[in-house]
Amino acid sequence: MKKIIYAIAALMCWNTVNAQTDKGSVLIKNATVLTVTNGTLEDTDILVENGVIRRIGQGLSAGNNVTTVDASGKYVMPGIIDAHSHIALDVVNEATSPITSEVWMGDVVDPYDVGIYRALAGGTTISHAMHGSANAIGGQNVTLKHRFGTHDPEDLFMKEAPRTIKFALGENPTRVHGRGNNIQPRTRMGVEAVIRNGFNEALQYKKRWADYEQASKQRNSKAIAPKYDSRLQTLVDILDGDIIIHCHSYRADEIYMLIQVCKEFGIKNIVFSHVNEGFKVAPELAEYTMGASVFADWWAYKFEVYYSTAFNAAILNQNGVLTSINSDSGELIRHLYHEAAKTQRYGGLTDDEALALITINPAKQLGIGDMVGSIEEGKQGDLVIFDNHPLSVYAIPQMTFVDGVKYFDINEDKDDQRLKVNPTELVEPIFLKEHDHKCMHDLDFLFTEAEHLFNFHNH
Amino acid sequence: MRKINLIIASFLFCLLPFLASAQIDGEVIKPRSGKFLLTNATIVTVTNGTMENASLLIENGKIQGIGTGLSASDAEEIDCTGHYIYPGMFDSGTKLGMVEINSVQETVDHTELGSVTPNMQALTTINPNAVAIPVTRVSGVTTTLAVPGGGIFSGTAALINLNGYTPDQMYAGFKGIVMNYPSSARRSTWDRRSDEDIKKDAEKALKNINEVWQRATMYSEINAAEGDLEYYPEMEHLAKAVTGELPLLIEVNAANDILEALKWLEDKEDVNVILTGVAEGWRVADKIAEAGYPVITGPMLSIPTRGSDRFDVSYTNPGKMLKAGVKVAIRTNDTENVRNLPFNAGFAAAYGMGKEEALKAVTIVPAEIFGVEDNLGSIEEGKSATLFVSDGDPFETKTQIKHVFIEGYRVPMSNRHIQLYQEFLERDPGLEKHSK
Repeated sequence: MKKIIYAIAALMCWNTVNAQTDKGSVLIKNATVLTVTNGTLEDTDILVENGVIRRIGQGLSAGNNVTTVDASGKYVMPGIIDAHSHIALDVVNEATSPITSEVWMGDVVDPYDVGIYRALAGGTTISHAMHGSANAIGGQNVTLKHRFGTHDPEDLFMKEAPRTIKFALGENPTRVHGRGNNIQPRTRMGVEAVIRNGFNEALQYKKRWADYEQASKQRNSKAIAPKYDSRLQTLVDILDGDIIIHCHSYRADEIYMLIQVCKEFGIKNIVFSHVNEGFKVAPELAEYTMGASVFADWWAYKFEVYYSTAFNAAILNQNGVLTSINSDSGELIRHLYHEAAKTQRYGGLTDDEALALITINPAKQLGIGDMVGSIEEGKQGDLVIFDNHPLSVYAIPQMTFVDGVKYFDINEDKDDQRLKVNPTELVEPIFLKEHDHKCMHDLDFLFTEAEHLFNFHNH
Repeated sequence: MRKINLIIASFLFCLLPFLASAQIDGEVIKPRSGKFLLTNATIVTVTNGTMENASLLIENGKIQGIGTGLSASDAEEIDCTGHYIYPGMFDSGTKLGMVEINSVQETVDHTELGSVTPNMQALTTINPNAVAIPVTRVSGVTTTLAVPGGGIFSGTAALINLNGYTPDQMYAGFKGIVMNYPSSARRSTWDRRSDEDIKKDAEKALKNINEVWQRATMYSEINAAEGDLEYYPEMEHLAKAVTGELPLLIEVNAANDILEALKWLEDKEDVNVILTGVAEGWRVADKIAEAGYPVITGPMLSIPTRGSDRFDVSYTNPGKMLKAGVKVAIRTNDTENVRNLPFNAGFAAAYGMGKEEALKAVTIVPAEIFGVEDNLGSIEEGKSATLFVSDGDPFETKTQIKHVFIEGYRVPMSNRHIQLYQEFLERDPGLEKHSK
């Protein structure tokens, strides 16, 4: 019996080895290197071997089989990381209950989305593929590395990234469930109740299992295991600190509410997303959370973002909140470097502070800050080469590497980069309004006036 | 009586500190006119090159003088050493001032019911106090085209300057009738019509347009012959587009629709045409250039219209059309983020249009398209003092805009975004209940 188990284990190991994604080697020469965590290095080389940054320095050389890229006069920065995205997903919302923690976006990853390539063409190498904002507690998210070209969704998963889950406060869950389905939550009070009830049920569930395990240790135990419930088990995992919450939120009151709830339940792993009024509770965000992931300048598309300011990121940063800038959009994900630069217009952030908003800071918020998000020896070889400083409006990404493999080269772009063409589509559709990836996707069935409710920015 | 006066006086005296502080509390900085001398600046005139170390005199709402060694002792002097003066930027297609909050229907005033409503006036619906207006103008965008939406003939667009207390004070001298050319494209991913249905809808819409146009033509002919006409405000208005009295802004985006629109226009020689949108203009740029119509395009910061398109086609579109010989102005087609116009222009510049041409596409070119080039769009003596001062290239993201003048009014460099920044940068109390 044992032998068989060993054999299976060995087989599984062999499988994982085989299932490894491509790792590349490259030597980038003579670049201005924006390390983010260690300042700017002029006229510097970066050697990536087997997907990992091996050396940073001058006069580096590599073996004959390693491609060398001359980056004289060019800038290299870490691959851009988007902490809030919906690209490469078939569906976004499981809007059937105010709590759907049992679902996982890893089950609906679409490796054919040309949006992945477009993100690469904008220097974005990692995106946090999130559940939508229909539910107070939504589904679990998946962190993707943009290894475009594969047909296997799993190749896109950043398997070493910790688990994360989507929460949502305010207008979206109250609109979908309260106004749409006439069930709690219809108000921000209801949202709090749904979350509190969920956590308390999870504690009871955890206790049932603990009691059962205790009882089953007794000799001749006749204890019966409680019914497995993946929804509650996921909430238990949150309470145990194994999952990072990324919470869609806008108003200061609702952000403050969830901070209080998390404090009460001992939850420290929480990032607030969008968080347009985060600037009003910046000291609280700094003290009790893993920070805020914000838009550079979006506001006024709905009431809960009417009292916003483009200086949000600057205020948060100044108050010591770990801050990132995200896209929540298949459009913005193509120029997050430009979105980050807006914090220089609105609040005068330094180059390093602005670049951190789209590299090391979101990496930390996704729990991958020790692997990516800066140019350091030992980190993964996710790099972008720009012709100009990436915070300049005139900057154009030239090459993008993930794990040392080049996935975008502006000089090798084929125009049509689709991996698959729909055979039933005789005429290629043309979309005039932004065909975008948004929080409130897949909810049109809930409302007859869906076009009105959802056509505008509904993040 | 005197005693009472004295008591009141002393009471008021005691109140003085409170009154004074109350004044600071409620202090409002208003736009103000006057005589201003901007000195030691680099003036980017757009039409006459760049002048170093020059001064600019503003009086009576006009640029009264430009040059070196200019002086005016009674003018308020603003030292612009190390700074640049640019003409105010135009956003040639927005909903700014026509909607306050997109998702709150009660505040959305840009789209009237009905498909033939050319008499709906954008200028009527402009809210001079829209919160987004001061948010926009501190970016150096001083002039916007307010465009009504929906239907076939949506209404009449109006050019406005972003300062004033009434729409008439804001009006900048251009109106045009908006036409949505029947689209063979999908409106969005929500649009799940079949290819055939889309084609049918477009054909139906074109038939509809032709009927309406014929009626408007008849109206103008009867009118010209001084015949009796019943009250018919839609046709009365549309007739002005037929005769060319008011320009016709034709929104058209898909390549095939652009070609169809050009064909439709072939026998309409009197019509004063401006093409808008033109997202796929790069596919048929030569044809547009041949027809000779000016184009208002944008935003650049948008996704390509087709999955098979190169990633940067929205960035390169204006440059490609310009190269083919089309007169191109840039718009955001936005509401609350019209302030991103310079960044759209920046992307257009980086991706083929070049900085100089991109600057023209947001200044003198739209001024020419709208027929207001005698007054706006460049820094020239006698033109409206609608301009801004910056510490660098206004397209560059980190550049700070220092001063904005709109028709001679120095507008406050403040808005709700800035006020929230000032209030919350250092919150007191911070984390504790009371400040330490």
